Amino acid sequence: MKRDIILAGVGGQGILSIAKVIGYAALKRGLFLKQAEVHGMSQRGGDVQSHMRISDKPVYSDLIPRGNADLILSLEPLEALRYLPYLSPGGWIITNSTPFTNIRNYPDIEFILNEIRQVKNYRILDADHIAKETGSSRSVNMVMLGAAAEKLGLSPEFLKEGVRDLFKTKTERIIELNLIAFDKGRMN
Amino acid sequence: MDKLLLLGDEAFAQGALDAGLSGAFGYPGTPSTEIIEYIQRESDAAERGVKRDWSANEKTALEAALGMSYTGKRAIVTMKHVGLNVAADPFMNSAITGVHGGLLIAVADDPSMHSSQNEQDSRFYGKFAMIPVLEPSNQQEAYDMARAGFELSERFHLPVMVRLTTRLAHSRSLIVRQKILKENPLSLPGDPNQFMLLPAFARKKYRKLLEQQDMLVQASEKSPYNQFIDGPDHSLGIVVCGLAYNYLMENFLENECPYPVVKIGQYPLPEKMFLELRSRCNTLLILEEGMPIVEEMIRGIFGADGLSVKGRLDGTLPRDGELNPGLVRKALGLPLRESYKEPEFMVPRPPALCAGCPHQESFKALNKALEPYGSGHVFSDIGCYTLGFLPPFNAINTCVDMGASFTMAVGAAEGGLFPSVGVIGDSTFGHSGLTGLSDATFRKSNVVLIILDNDTTAMTGMQDSVIGGKIEAVCEALGVEKEHIRVLTPLPKEQDQNVQALNEEIEYPGVSVVIFRRPCIHVLGKRRKEGKA
Repeated sequence: MKRDIILAGVGGQGILSIAKVIGYAALKRGLFLKQAEVHGMSQRGGDVQSHMRISDKPVYSDLIPRGNADLILSLEPLEALRYLPYLSPGGWIITNSTPFTNIRNYPDIEFILNEIRQVKNYRILDADHIAKETGSSRSVNMVMLGAAAEKLGLSPEFLKEGVRDLFKTKTERIIELNLIAFDKGRMN
Repeated sequence: MDKLLLLGDEAFAQGALDAGLSGAFGYPGTPSTEIIEYIQRESDAAERGVKRDWSANEKTALEAALGMSYTGKRAIVTMKHVGLNVAADPFMNSAITGVHGGLLIAVADDPSMHSSQNEQDSRFYGKFAMIPVLEPSNQQEAYDMARAGFELSERFHLPVMVRLTTRLAHSRSLIVRQKILKENPLSLPGDPNQFMLLPAFARKKYRKLLEQQDMLVQASEKSPYNQFIDGPDHSLGIVVCGLAYNYLMENFLENECPYPVVKIGQYPLPEKMFLELRSRCNTLLILEEGMPIVEEMIRGIFGADGLSVKGRLDGTLPRDGELNPGLVRKALGLPLRESYKEPEFMVPRPPALCAGCPHQESFKALNKALEPYGSGHVFSDIGCYTLGFLPPFNAINTCVDMGASFTMAVGAAEGGLFPSVGVIGDSTFGHSGLTGLSDATFRKSNVVLIILDNDTTAMTGMQDSVIGGKIEAVCEALGVEKEHIRVLTPLPKEQDQNVQALNEEIEYPGVSVVIFRRPCIHVLGKRRKEGKA
């Protein structure tokens, strides 16, 4: 068992929270893992990414080799494409369709979606909309995690325990909302 | 034993704590910041009373750590690579004084300049000072090397550098903890003059340091962090340092690496292992994160006799930037993996000042005030406000090193530039702006020096700034006239007043300090959460 996952988005979108949940779940399954993340300057509204590697064998490199990622999980469509050279020929892109347009020259959204559709395996969902429907517009990242659950090689139960771990200092209501968001993402 | 999921920085911090750490000193700097942040967060450290406040800068931090070592306790000092330049004076001399309690100097290098101005390699400093350097290849080693480093430091009575790089510092993995050690008791050095570097003493101590070098090499030969791993194919020998080991092994997941490998985690270099490798292979590939220091040493000045050396200097690997599995794969001559191409319409998404950030209004006012004079008048410093260079502000012209805003403004004013403006943040002012201000008032330079006081070290994640609450008093004490220390609030409704105040200070033919004061929006949010605002 081995999964190389690139988590992509813009600083502040909650990528590291997704990484934490996958991390917790992988540990519960007794897997090895390495997760490289971006700190410092680039966090302020810039593009951010996390390389996440889980495996039943020890993991060497903190960085995923190009052409090796099983999954690009992106909170924003343009960022889904930034790391395309890392995707393996049979890998999946699972992305939110709602653009994050904090730059003036954001490309035409149809160009972006078309390009994503050129990839062999993809799933595009409007996670912002789904999160809003569940009454928790801040849970876009948990919707996306749910949408990717099947491709992570980890059981949804472990992932849900991970969600509980992540929010363990919050109220039960917040935990519930995030679990609902996760389930909504799985079903979409 | 406990298992923890930790960043490389955090693993080192936990390792130091578990090895009986008494104090951590440092100035925040990516990618080193999380070491002290972790120690500040840990309840064990709080219960034990481990000292762990931020220092004014890297030099004061290293000197404080050296002082703690004087008391026999184990101490660490943390900084990023360019911070070691600031601490270079006590760093070089601490190798001559030696230490009493174990002292680790953790320096996080940033190859590829993810958040830095250069990618200097701290191993050069280690060699320069002639002290041992440890370089972990993974998070477990980052943990273990804290303990091994203290032991090495106390065995040779020398400071030990632990060199981390961005990719390890900011990557998480499982580590297994070792037994927790007690802190050293308070004790003074056996020789009360050990830390006295009057020339007569220093000469003796320097000779002793020179004499110790052979023993340091021998320690490296025996170190578990240096390994000779033989392989059947002698057409190539590989020397691999620190993290680069992982990028090598990543390319041999299915089969073992067929070539003999010398894996380096402790310096000075283990000479016998090199001789062993040289006796088998006529071609060597050097894989190291950062600059080609080992490669240069192997090549020697005139090239080694009959030896072909591949690495960053002959173009087998790029001369700059961090390594990755793909670059190493190419260097090994293995077929590249198939991959998708990046679409042509991709555009960069650079970082930007946050919505609601006080610096935005400060820069708007400054731009307005400088409108009549054209561009090229603003010397800036390093922090969030450096992003004021980017559109839509385009408000600053320089960013050289910590503190170079005020000092360059002084130099430019002396060269005849009018107006000459320096811009610095509150934490950076505490780090290395004070001396520049002192120069300015001594020279009576015609400058406007702006302090953007957002009450934190924002860029690195909101650490406390040691100058907090003291800025006006310090400016006055350094010779700025009271009526030319202006405190302004960077808010849209204050814009006209702020522009007018700036214009007045530009017209004043002497040193003016304009303080724009409003807390970072994230600090405010954090304090509201904690019920402090």
